[in-house]
Amino acid sequence: MDIVVLVKQVPDTETKIRIGGDGKTIDTSDVKWIMNPYDEYAVEAALRLQENAEATVTILSMGPERVVESIRTALAMGADQGVLVNDPATEGSDALGKAKVLAAALRSLDFDLVFCGHRAVDDDENQVGIMVAELVGIPHLGLAVSVELVDGKVKIERPIEGARVTLEGTLPALVTFGGAHAVWNPRYASLPGIMKAKKKPLDTKTLADLGLSPNDVGAGGATIKVTSMELPTERQAGRLLEGETAEKAKELVRLLHEEAKVI
Amino acid sequence: MAQGVCVITEFREGAFRRVSFEIASEGRRLADELGEPLLAIALGAGIESLAAGLGNYGVDKVYVVDDPKLEDYRAEIYVPAAAEVLKSLDPKVILTAASVDGKDFSARLAARLGAGLATDCTELKMEGGSLKAKRPMYAGKAFAWYEWSDGSWPQMASCRPNVMDCLAPDTSKNAEVEKAQVEVAEGNETQVLNIEKDAGGKIDLTEAEIIVSGGRGMKGPENFAMLEELATLLGGTVGASRSAVDSGWRPHADQVGQTGKVVTPTLYIACGISGAIQHLAGMGSSKYIVAVNKDPEAPIFSKADYGVVEDLFNFMPVFIEEVKTLKSTC
Ligand SMILES: Cc1cc2nc3c(=O)[nH]c(=O)nc-3n(C[C@H](O)[C@H](O)[C@H](O)COP(=O)(O)OP(=O)(O)OC[C@H]3O[C@@H](n4cnc5c(N)ncnc54)[C@H](O)[C@@H]3O)c2cc1C
Ligand SMILES: Nc1ncnc2c1ncn2[C@@H]1O[C@H](COP(=O)(O)O)[C@@H](O)[C@H]1O
Repeated sequence: MDIVVLVKQVPDTETKIRIGGDGKTIDTSDVKWIMNPYDEYAVEAALRLQENAEATVTILSMGPERVVESIRTALAMGADQGVLVNDPATEGSDALGKAKVLAAALRSLDFDLVFCGHRAVDDDENQVGIMVAELVGIPHLGLAVSVELVDGKVKIERPIEGARVTLEGTLPALVTFGGAHAVWNPRYASLPGIMKAKKKPLDTKTLADLGLSPNDVGAGGATIKVTSMELPTERQAGRLLEGETAEKAKELVRLLHEEAKVI
Repeated sequence: MAQGVCVITEFREGAFRRVSFEIASEGRRLADELGEPLLAIALGAGIESLAAGLGNYGVDKVYVVDDPKLEDYRAEIYVPAAAEVLKSLDPKVILTAASVDGKDFSARLAARLGAGLATDCTELKMEGGSLKAKRPMYAGKAFAWYEWSDGSWPQMASCRPNVMDCLAPDTSKNAEVEKAQVEVAEGNETQVLNIEKDAGGKIDLTEAEIIVSGGRGMKGPENFAMLEELATLLGGTVGASRSAVDSGWRPHADQVGQTGKVVTPTLYIACGISGAIQHLAGMGSSKYIVAVNKDPEAPIFSKADYGVVEDLFNFMPVFIEEVKTLKSTC
């Protein structure tokens, strides 16, 4: 069983977002980079299958040199090998462009399952993984909060509004992971794990290695692009209610009913 | 030549989901700006008799794919069916729902059509006959405006539920209904084995108008009964911080924040929540925020419209009684 996990490196969720000088990207000068939390869940899920089903786990990522660190983190958690597509021509890719690159890289690997986050918590696009499935021509099972292999098929549970769906798919398939930290409790890299990770194979590829031209992807191939970014209007601290508990409670009900008109 | 706006509805258990009416209303506005028709594609089982009703929300014409195989959402049969109908419609703009299934559907459809997709949009407009879309990033810590390159049709946007204004339904207007000539695939790649409904018909956080959330300050799972009571009184639902979820007090589906649900209710009541940056990202777009916290320095107060510095165990029971009094008099 071969599992490929798509991992994106994103700014730490602690990051206070500032807009960069070009007005359409964020200022990354002080950013600490982490593995996308949902991708961490995907890595964890893959490692659990690796233990139970003797699977090989490959980490696939696209991005600049700094992404090596996130791949090494996944290797330290227990993944077997890493592939980084690092090519400046991919910069400015839209979601479909990114998916094309990842799909091309996937085709050069063996896989029965592709795991990825349901969204990356930077752009929150919620589409790259699913697009990869379409481009590769395999089914996808979205937003998994559990995953199992049953009779050569993959079975997940996915919460939808007001219900929980159990879905089964034939292999090869792509699964996007949702849930929350509490669902997956991704393992930490152990010290021996970190030492071992340094010796695990990590390949770097360019677009040319994947048979792609810079016109297919990157800013040139993008059909959609960001033209400007803005920060939400800073919420102003409102009023603190004064008085005894009972007075505050009365006043809060009055404000919500008469002023805000929300109850 | 691409023409018009097309919305793709979401249908579940014999009814259109509300977000379908929201995107129809938004589509109407965009179609009017273009001076072109508003079309809809309605896929589902037992949908045909309800399709004309989309006219209440401004749809001119609906293409219906009504098939028992469409009972449950599955990408592999929904996406090809929609793509097939779209071939002959060739719209400029396609709007979909950024609901759970809608997000899944939209991305796969966009890849199939080779279209640029802006997901989870909160604002749309037409400029020079082309779509511009605003959408949150970093769970709402920032917003970005998107544009499509010249002549790249269709321009696809999925709309966040609960955000776009819904037209008051005009029951005198019905949409023209046409059965689309589409063969719905068997689809044997994925199979829905089971659908288990949430107990008590809980309103999903992403669609709730009122959310009462609890954090580590709630001290234990049993104390959420208080928040449940308040939520029920107000017709809302209960949410939680990651700490409350990590502690096992609440199910993960209740988590609000950058790695949980991003919510936009009209009222968000945060009880015993400090207001960490990841939590604020997820609820900062709520219309009104109330914070109840015993620590006057808690960051949540800097975002709250109404702040109550109190021990929540003293305050909430009294507040709930006041809400009951209000509800019994109006
Ligand atoms: C990668 C990552 C992702 C994350 N994603 C999320 C996310 O999606 N959502 C999220 O919420 N967090 C998220 N977090 C966690 C976040 O950083 C905070 O740890 C968390 O939000 C804190 O939860 P809390 O406010 O309930 O707890 P605390 O920060 O411990 O705050 C508890 C508050 O309760 C108050 N309190 C205590 N007792 C009482 C009382 N009797 N009466 C009144 N007030 C009382 C205290 O004054 C305090 O302000 C994430 C963290 C990381 C690292
Ligand atoms: N540059 C990338 N490298 C590897 N995987 C990616 C990349 N971008 C997106 N993904 C995968 O696609 C998922 C969804 O991302 P997004 O559509 O950007 O929200 C992520 O959780 C990753 O698993």
